[in-house]
Amino acid sequence: MDMKRNFLRGLLLAFSLVAVGGFATVARAEDEAPDALIKRLSVDILATIKADKAIRSGDIGRIVALVDDRVLPNVNFQRMTASAVGPAWRQATPEQQKRLQDEFKILLVRTYAGALAQVTDQTIAMKPMRGSGDDKEVVVRTEIKGNGDPIQLDYRLEKTPGQGPGWKIYNLNVLGVWLVETYRSQFAQEINAKGLDGLIDTLAERNKSNATSKKG
Amino acid sequence: MQLTGLRLLAAGVFVCLQGCATVAHPVASDPWESMNRSVYGFNDAVDRAVLKPVAAGYRAVTPDWLRKGVGNFFNNLQDVWSAVNNGLQGRGQEMGDSIGRVVVNSTIGLLGTVDVASSLNIDRHTADFGLTLGRWGMGPGPYVVLPILGPYTLREVGALPLDWKADLTQQLGNSDTVTGAFVLKLVDTRAQYLQAGDVVEGAALDKYSFTRDAYLQRQRNRQYDGNPPEEDGVEP
Repeated sequence: MDMKRNFLRGLLLAFSLVAVGGFATVARAEDEAPDALIKRLSVDILATIKADKAIRSGDIGRIVALVDDRVLPNVNFQRMTASAVGPAWRQATPEQQKRLQDEFKILLVRTYAGALAQVTDQTIAMKPMRGSGDDKEVVVRTEIKGNGDPIQLDYRLEKTPGQGPGWKIYNLNVLGVWLVETYRSQFAQEINAKGLDGLIDTLAERNKSNATSKKG
Repeated sequence: MQLTGLRLLAAGVFVCLQGCATVAHPVASDPWESMNRSVYGFNDAVDRAVLKPVAAGYRAVTPDWLRKGVGNFFNNLQDVWSAVNNGLQGRGQEMGDSIGRVVVNSTIGLLGTVDVASSLNIDRHTADFGLTLGRWGMGPGPYVVLPILGPYTLREVGALPLDWKADLTQQLGNSDTVTGAFVLKLVDTRAQYLQAGDVVEGAALDKYSFTRDAYLQRQRNRQYDGNPPEEDGVEP
């Protein structure tokens, strides 16, 4: 009797596992899990950099191309820019919003491309996620391990059902410092002093001087 | 050393008296912004004129293994004070790791110059008394930029005399040796941040705000072990 009950319970368990597994596979076929997406991207980019001599010798153009090609399709850059600009974003014309996004993107890609050029034998380790499976926004936490202390690298992602892998990055955290938050008061300062166009000009000037100083 | 610190503070106050102005849009965490900006400007000038060139020279003339050894040596001294503070915070695992690191690195690691403990996967958990006060529940207080020493929160400035007294770098010998060790530590630390400094140079619209906002976030992150509670974020 006991054996029979155990057998039935086992069968039931097996069935439910298959069912849950099946659903999970269906969900993944459309939308990737956010931590799986980050892991796939990180592993892919670290491997590409390691294999590419031009990048490792500091060819900024190639790194920018890599970031454009592999990273940016998975980033909601409009949300990042809007969040850094703050309440003034809503008063910006579509033209101003576009220019803000473009200049901010160049600034970030160019300055952080330099950090990517330093990659040698680093690997990525995923840390446990907090929150439940059906959150609309999640934090994926990782660590870059190489020689020296591990580097904390976290991402905020939003759910974008049916779009690409189903998630987009909208903020990035290096060593405990969120990128968007670090720009918020700098942007506010510029807007307070010189208005939205002043901020756009400052960003454009900075990009111009970065471009010339890195060529030399 | 503390006397030197006082002298530096006095220098900072003097710089401030020369150049303090009111700030148009004050930030809650930085009520002393105008004074801080003056000291930051002073530090930046010293950095450009002296510290950065010296650090770059140090990097150019010393081999990697030597700089690594110097960094490890100072880290090992710091791990002793980390062990005490992890203990004060009631963190047994972290205290144990720190003690284990000091024991292993001071012996097999040739007086701390080789970081054997990290190769054995004994993690580093740096902690000072400012962090201990934070974990005991004391708020960070306003942001403060100290001459030469750079960004702090007021809580950390309060803990600084104790942190300095407990710094084993102070016990290395007579005052000349201690001053020499302090300068070497400063140059070595600056040399480690040469590339990071260049990133800030390129990425920041206003280096002062960039440094402040990054520093305050980083300290908060540290206090909560890399997992701080969400702040009331403002998103449009």
